Amino acid sequence: MNRFYVVLTVLAVVLGVSVLALLKTSGGAPAAAAGPPPTVADDGFRGYSLGQESAPVEIVEYLDFECPVCATFATVQMPTIKEQLINTGRVRWRFRDYPLPIHKYSRFSAHAAQCAGAQGKYFDMQDQLFEHHQWAQTGKDPSSLFRTFAQAAGVDLKTYDACMESGKYAQRIEYSRQEGEKLLVDGTPTFFANGTKLFISLRRLPNSDDFKAVVDSISARPARR
Amino acid sequence: MRYRQTIAVLALVGCFVALYLWLHALGYGGAIKCGASGGCEIVQTSQWATFLGLPVAFYGVIGYLAVLVVALAALRPAALAQTSWSTLLALLATIGFGFTLYLTYLELFVIHAICRWCIGSAAIITLIWIVAMAEWIASGVRSPATRTDPAASRQQPGPRV
Repeated sequence: MNRFYVVLTVLAVVLGVSVLALLKTSGGAPAAAAGPPPTVADDGFRGYSLGQESAPVEIVEYLDFECPVCATFATVQMPTIKEQLINTGRVRWRFRDYPLPIHKYSRFSAHAAQCAGAQGKYFDMQDQLFEHHQWAQTGKDPSSLFRTFAQAAGVDLKTYDACMESGKYAQRIEYSRQEGEKLLVDGTPTFFANGTKLFISLRRLPNSDDFKAVVDSISARPARR
Repeated sequence: MRYRQTIAVLALVGCFVALYLWLHALGYGGAIKCGASGGCEIVQTSQWATFLGLPVAFYGVIGYLAVLVVALAALRPAALAQTSWSTLLALLATIGFGFTLYLTYLELFVIHAICRWCIGSAAIITLIWIVAMAEWIASGVRSPATRTDPAASRQQPGPRV
């Protein structure tokens, strides 16, 4: 056999083995951050919030980063809500995790947001996760894409990697989910205003006008003594 | 012959690069190995990662395979002197090179993310194009109309008298 064909065959075998090795060693989402934790503990954390502490109304949103409706709400409705209600001091908005079991990477994305939050970049990471939501439609492992998001959000990647690898916030996320379950959260996003579940009979995604009506209604009530 | 052998080797390497990207696009192997900058996921999940409903990398596999098969066919002893194979290789390489130019433009100016594997593939098809063009030009020089074959032009000894 001609020496050239021998070299070509050897090269094909080497390249084939290399591709197989690459596919096998491609790191997936760390199990500690992607799955439910074996135990649950309350670390006293009650979610990242936007708005003034003195705001008369607190809206709590239970969200799932893989949920397309949450992404639509965050990108379409939230900018107006921020402008009209949060920035004006009328509402404080608190974000709680409610990873739905039907979504493969819900916990993992929530964990990525928490790891970014540990570096003061929760909202930047939240923007990345919702604004580039096509990751949730591919069904593929988003680990390296999330690293790109974290980098764009200004997160130190070395610390982020260590946080994700250790699953540091897995218990916090599960605690939030169980809290939501006790409050009868049945989907995402689910909203509470000063502890009262909102829009129970609404058959569409609430918009800024719906929230304005809720805030107006609460503000119109006489203050309890 | 060296030109065609070089094209075959490059096409084989390119074929495996495209194969890896295609298998990743099909969901095999988890996160793509892309280095710290990690632009591959952005490119691979962008709207330009598919063409006519199929992953772009699939067309890469088909394209490199076509170049490899043609290069191997052109290396047969019977085909070595045929310039039509050089033309075919140059044509295939030019199509691949043009498609790669378009994809690289998308990465740089539309997606604003660089995928190292795509850059690797772009480098391979660029080399294939350069070698294929060099061979095509050389085959023109060697074409029957202008060829100076030392064996053919060698003076035959005349009959001895």
